Amino acid sequence: MPTPPLIAYAHVGKSFDGGRVQAVSDVSLEVAEGEFLAIVGGSGSGKTTLLRLANRLIDADSGHITVEGEDVRAADPIRLRRRIGYVFQNGGLFPHISVAGNIGITPKLLGTPAPEISSRVDELLDLVRLDRAQHRDRLPHELSGGQRQRVGVARALAAKPRIVLMDEPFGALDPLTRDALGDDYHALHRKLGLTTVMITHDMTEAILLADRIAVMRSGKLLAQGTPSELSGSADPYVGELLHTPRRQAERLKVLLPPDAGDGAA
Amino acid sequence: MSFFTDPRWHEALTHLPDYLGNHVRVSVAALALGLLISLPLAVASRNRPVLRSTLLGFASIVQTVPGLALLALFYPLLLALTALSLSWFGVGFSAFGFLPAVLALALYSMLPVLRNTITGLRGVDPAILEAAEGVGMTPSQSLFTVELPLALPVMMAGIRTAAVWVIGTATLSTPIGQTSLGNYIFAGLQTQNWVFVLFGCASAALLALAVDQLLALIETGVRVRSRLRTALGGIGIAALVIATLVPTMARSPSSYIVGAKTFTEQYVLSALVAQRLRAAGLSASTREGLGSNVIYDALLTGDIDVYVDYSGTLWANQFHHSDIRPREELLTELKAILAQRNITLLGELGFANAYALVMPRKRAEALGIRSISDLVSHAGTMTMAADYEFFSRPEWAGIQKAYGLAFRAQRQMQPDFMYAAVASGEVDVIAGYTSDGLIAKYDLVALDDDKHAIPPYDAIVLVAPKRAQDQALRAALQPLLGRIDIAAMREANLRAAGNDGTSSPDAVARWLWEKVGAK
Repeated sequence: MPTPPLIAYAHVGKSFDGGRVQAVSDVSLEVAEGEFLAIVGGSGSGKTTLLRLANRLIDADSGHITVEGEDVRAADPIRLRRRIGYVFQNGGLFPHISVAGNIGITPKLLGTPAPEISSRVDELLDLVRLDRAQHRDRLPHELSGGQRQRVGVARALAAKPRIVLMDEPFGALDPLTRDALGDDYHALHRKLGLTTVMITHDMTEAILLADRIAVMRSGKLLAQGTPSELSGSADPYVGELLHTPRRQAERLKVLLPPDAGDGAA
Repeated sequence: MSFFTDPRWHEALTHLPDYLGNHVRVSVAALALGLLISLPLAVASRNRPVLRSTLLGFASIVQTVPGLALLALFYPLLLALTALSLSWFGVGFSAFGFLPAVLALALYSMLPVLRNTITGLRGVDPAILEAAEGVGMTPSQSLFTVELPLALPVMMAGIRTAAVWVIGTATLSTPIGQTSLGNYIFAGLQTQNWVFVLFGCASAALLALAVDQLLALIETGVRVRSRLRTALGGIGIAALVIATLVPTMARSPSSYIVGAKTFTEQYVLSALVAQRLRAAGLSASTREGLGSNVIYDALLTGDIDVYVDYSGTLWANQFHHSDIRPREELLTELKAILAQRNITLLGELGFANAYALVMPRKRAEALGIRSISDLVSHAGTMTMAADYEFFSRPEWAGIQKAYGLAFRAQRQMQPDFMYAAVASGEVDVIAGYTSDGLIAKYDLVALDDDKHAIPPYDAIVLVAPKRAQDQALRAALQPLLGRIDIAAMREANLRAAGNDGTSSPDAVARWLWEKVGAK
């Protein structure tokens, strides 16, 4: 049953350095409510630019972008950002502010009363599976990379957004942490009914987490669809991207006895 | 008498509340003003490369101007401004002391604050700035909750540097009439009172250190989020400011201020005038170490009430007359000129302190030199030394013109050192002062001005326009007029140039009064 898309890009273009670098050109892409979309591409493919266009960290040169049915150009960028969760690469936590302060920042900007923020922070710490007492008052540098990224996720969810944008959120983590965090986030996405757009350069991660995958290259949208739809793509680059997870899957099937459970990827 | 029981330590201590208080006040005001200007400028220019480099360039240039010159420049600038404001709005302000000192020092404090604030702000990780934007901060929320707190350690380092610079440079505000710990240093240098010099340097250094440490306490307090440390540092600074404000509040505002120029005789005479005023039941304080031009303007505007000047100095330097008149005629003329400006020439003290070319007596005799005319043929192989202003004074131009003098080399020196320099043969001739006791001490001789190129320099007492009708002041100073002869003044100057407990200007002034007042 077709619901109106929560985020829609229509023929969007963006260039930098006075037109010399075409970061995004003529991209049209829709994200349905409740969907988990992964944007996959190499560095310089324009995937990060595409993400930032959605909450107006960058403004588009051409085309239209709508969020929750509203043209972003008509929206106040500050208010737009406050209602969209954003998870940064490496967390992007404010180093001089405590974990609780970092998580509660957007509600604070929105003028939420302090006691309410405080209980919300506790709720979020539980949600991202961090111990309240142990982590609440720490500074970001006292946390591990995985813990920092959990705080980053909690901060993105603090103002109860419907949409979460994630910029290579798990890229810098070790594989185990990354896997656990990915699964935890996926569960949250379901539980809270979020609409998530995640950027990654890792096709395996995209396949495991996302409902649908968009492949970017040189500013253009090469292909989009569910993993199985993509595997039918004739595009050689998409094929190349799918090659690694396929090979990994085959090798794992050979190396791991089938009765060992359906654990790690 | 040992070093530590020297009575001059005690004398130095009695001045401390006044000097330290004024020093802290001018430093704090300058630093506050400097921060008020620099911080917004730094914030505004952090993302504007042209404005940024212009500002930093300007601040760097200011920094290369020597502190003393910068302070001295603000005096005439403000004098012109106050004249302008007086003619436009009918309101003038004092161009003397506090205001020029604060402005110059504030300017001086700008470079470290600007540079460190800009560096600190630009050093914030772009990923953090993007995160601030991404969570929905407005530019000013990002500035105040993220950028400034993160830049704070670098900014504080700049503020601490500025504080130390300002406190150190504030010692140079004495010559433009701002009392500071520099009063010890300037007075000590002039009267060879090394206890004062040492005391001044040490107290300025201790003050700078204390303020630096208090600021460091605030800085670490903010960084490690310790309210206690921040509060302690803040309380320390506040206590310092309050402690220095209290004694000044309590001081009577109606006291007479006696000015003194930058040499020994002036320190003694200002002390003597102040003593006479106090003896007459008036409250009086001295403002020492003022430049020749500063002191006259300060009298004219009423920033000081009375001081001793010399007829020839006013004639040639202040009123730019190049002709030399006989003594009496010059005094009469000068009195009329001063009266036009509502300055009262109360009278002469009784001696003259003229410039004279001075050389060792034995050498002069050996060469057969008695007058400046005799010197001319030897001058080509000789080196001459004088104080900082002499070679640019019209008298020197007059002497050169009258005699055709040309020395092999000319050197500028601290007045107290040049007598020793000529006595030791370091230089051949100096431009000394006829009332200086060192001429006799070093067995020097003042050469005859046979062509009358040097104007007379009678010591005269000048009274500010606002005190023109002040009979109490006149009555208190009347007994000094005509009483101090050249011999008494020479001996007083010699005593003041000594280096012991009885050589303070106050002690010498008391001695001088006993000698001349009893006559």
